Amino acid sequence: MSSITDRALGIHTQALEVASRRLELLASNIANADTPGYKARDLDFRALLNQASNDQAAARITTTRAGHIATTPAAGGLGGDALYRVPNHASLDGNTVDTQQEHAVFAENAVRYQASLDFINSRLSGLRKALKGE
Amino acid sequence: MNLSKIFDISGSALSAQTTRLNTIASNLANADTASTTPEAAYRARHPVFATVLQEATGAGQSTGQPAASVRIAGIVESQAPAIARHEPGHPLADENGYIYLPAVNTVEQMADMISASRSYSSSVDVLTTTKELMLRTLQLGRG
Repeated sequence: MSSITDRALGIHTQALEVASRRLELLASNIANADTPGYKARDLDFRALLNQASNDQAAARITTTRAGHIATTPAAGGLGGDALYRVPNHASLDGNTVDTQQEHAVFAENAVRYQASLDFINSRLSGLRKALKGE
Repeated sequence: MNLSKIFDISGSALSAQTTRLNTIASNLANADTASTTPEAAYRARHPVFATVLQEATGAGQSTGQPAASVRIAGIVESQAPAIARHEPGHPLADENGYIYLPAVNTVEQMADMISASRSYSSSVDVLTTTKELMLRTLQLGRG
């Protein structure tokens, strides 16, 4: 992405990425609600986003040759492992998914995703207005 | 950004729960199937769910976030012995006047069915939300 859109959209593209990865994990949890031995996982949204904004602020080392080793985990990717959720009540078959809780977190995360989308949308329309010069 | 994986994950959950509902239907349907020998009696079937860790796919996707779908690892037959009932008038009764009925607990099966249908609708909810989010993402920058 060019620097102008990077600067205009700010943290919201990263927030969108974190939210979408988190949605994926939560969908996995809900899908495996009846699988024996499955352990529910989740991402720490705040920690990942903090990390993303710090990455953005810090100077990046660029790789100019094929032999260079990339400093970021992947191109534009966010590091950070999925953590295991602490179960409220243990189930006999070792499954730690609490469907109600997962639904609540999923819904909350869907709203976060939509919020990020709305932010990006309004920034884009702002840019468009500026370009048109009306 | 990859919401499309959720379709695979929830889709696998829907298919697994459908299999579960199928076996429950078969168990309930055969709850009263009598047979002449205990070996020939119907045995209740139960699916065994297993998690499939999807590979961390493609570039741009960092490691350590395996999304997991579900698959049916197998269908096991219940080892509960058939119930012998003394019914000399039954056409299938053996020489001692016994028929053998499958050890299917109807109440248990009904409870399992409700659980399966709840899990099914959970996954449908997830799919609906994801679809809406994807459509909104496609509309990005048009408003």
